Amino acid sequence: MKSNRPSKPERRPNRMGASATPRNERPRREAPPRLENVRPQGAVSSQMSWRDKFDAWSAHHSNSAIESLLRMLGTPLQSLMTWLVIAIAIALPAALFVVFSNVQQIGQSWQDSSQISVFLKKEASAGQAQDLRSRWAKRPDVVQATYVSPEQALEEFKLGSGLGELANHLDENPLPAVILVKPKIGGNAPDALTSLQQALVADPLVADVRLDMLWVKRLHQFITVAERFVVALAGLLALGVLLVIGNTIRMAIENRRDEIVVVKLVGATDAYVRRPFLYTGLWFGVGGGILAAILLALGFWWLSAPVTQLADLYQSSFRLQGLGFIESLQLILIAGFTGLIGAWIAVARHLYQIQPR
Amino acid sequence: MIRFETVSKRYDTGYEALARVDFEVESGEMLFLTGHSGAGKSTLMKLILLMEQPSNGNVFVDGHHLARMPKSQLPYFRRNIGVVFQNHQLLFDRTVYDNVALPLQVAGYPHQEIGKRVRAALDKVDLLDKERSNPMTLSGGEQQRVGIARAVVNKPTLLLADEPTGNLDPELSNEIMTLFRQFNEVGTTVMIATHDVELLKRMNKRVLGLVQGKLVHDGVLW
Ligand SMILES: Nc1ncnc2c1ncn2[C@@H]1O[C@H](COP(=O)(O)OP(=O)(O)OP(=O)(O)O)[C@@H](O)[C@H]1O
Ligand SMILES: [Mg+2]
Repeated sequence: MKSNRPSKPERRPNRMGASATPRNERPRREAPPRLENVRPQGAVSSQMSWRDKFDAWSAHHSNSAIESLLRMLGTPLQSLMTWLVIAIAIALPAALFVVFSNVQQIGQSWQDSSQISVFLKKEASAGQAQDLRSRWAKRPDVVQATYVSPEQALEEFKLGSGLGELANHLDENPLPAVILVKPKIGGNAPDALTSLQQALVADPLVADVRLDMLWVKRLHQFITVAERFVVALAGLLALGVLLVIGNTIRMAIENRRDEIVVVKLVGATDAYVRRPFLYTGLWFGVGGGILAAILLALGFWWLSAPVTQLADLYQSSFRLQGLGFIESLQLILIAGFTGLIGAWIAVARHLYQIQPR
Repeated sequence: MIRFETVSKRYDTGYEALARVDFEVESGEMLFLTGHSGAGKSTLMKLILLMEQPSNGNVFVDGHHLARMPKSQLPYFRRNIGVVFQNHQLLFDRTVYDNVALPLQVAGYPHQEIGKRVRAALDKVDLLDKERSNPMTLSGGEQQRVGIARAVVNKPTLLLADEPTGNLDPELSNEIMTLFRQFNEVGTTVMIATHDVELLKRMNKRVLGLVQGKLVHDGVLW
């Protein structure tokens, strides 16, 4: 600019004053300047309509959203690493949740095959026992009831226990008559079984009811414990995500310190300064969430074939259930929200340390 | 427009950059601030813009008692002040156009309005042909003029210029001064820090003289 000035001096003398220029046909006048252009206008905000303000506001939102995304894609490797860290932190508890809901499903199907052994009193005759059996078989919460006479029971014992010799030496049959009841299991598993058990034991002919559901209870207990564990783990990992995003945002703020200072000095509100960083956090969260959903889909797809084979071996119709579309969407939403919160915390902590206030 | 009441500024280092400064500037005035390097000129301007807070005394600007200004008011207050920074404070990650547009974007002007005003401001500092350049590729004087365009683009009521002509040759410096004078003539209060004595003589305006943080002169030249 400076160097080429001597070559075209005619353009310059008192250019600000208003001499005519090749570009601009300005009137050749000295003192009264172009009022309409130079007039100070006082409070800027007062002359803009609400509509303009809203337009500017939404424009800045979309600008910040797009620009922060582009910035992220501008350093793809770095961003990918952050996304992966977030994705893993999200995928881990999500995978465990899915696995446990699958285990619960298995537990349910196993309960179907559980049965209640009702031991009858010695004085119960075979006829009474048969009556009882047919009465129970009609109950709505019972699928099937089978009568096993003491003789049958002894036979089974001889065959099944390998203690046949011992049984042969017995003077009389020590075994009671048994009715095997197969319950119908609805929603609330252990409780329904317990109430059925109580109904059966109330009959005067019944000596004892053995509900072989210890394992059902254990499974439920285990799942409850495991679920709590997963919740705690998810909480910890969410904290990790917050920290990762917080740290990333902190560095972004540090990198753009000059810009923040200048923008503040020309009158940017805190919301304006904050906005691009909040979007950055949101995109980190959403990106991590999408990656997590992909990781989960791949993982369950990879597992589903061997699980199906295994289930077939046990004649089970069990199939591994991965995350559905809606659930994946929820996952991404939660991840995005977490990212936003992480960014908010980082911004609250670091943005206001930058002077001027 | 501006009133300093026994204002002192002691930095965290313990250095007293301003000592009991008193003066008042009427609305629509144009004045200069002079003194040797380190006399406190930039510090005084920073107090007006609330980039720094006084350790003692009160500063009033445009009817606001700055110490009592709520934080939420600050951005709107700053939008009425155009500042030419001594070190330009340009952003090198965007074009000249975007640098000049910044105050308007921040204030939420509509797109077309921004375009009009930015081009008018760039035209005034004769940089219209550089609007797509990165400020990094400009000369020192050109960068300074971008800073000037950014300061005036919002048509502020108060214009603070810290060494606006430091990197400019006399001819260009005169043009910038004429520009400032035009702004002043239509009502903008203009305060310019400089150590260019020739310029002070030529302009023949009120001069505030600082020596080691003390106000030693107030009036038309000495
Ligand atoms: N942030 C700061 N922390 C500590 N001391 C500072 C700070 N800013 C300025 N000073 C000191 O205050 C004094 C006045 O500085 P100031 O920038 O106001 O001078 P100036 O008159 O603008 O000088 P120049 O003409 O060189 O720009 C200087 O001695 C400087 O060292
Ligand atoms: Mg200075």
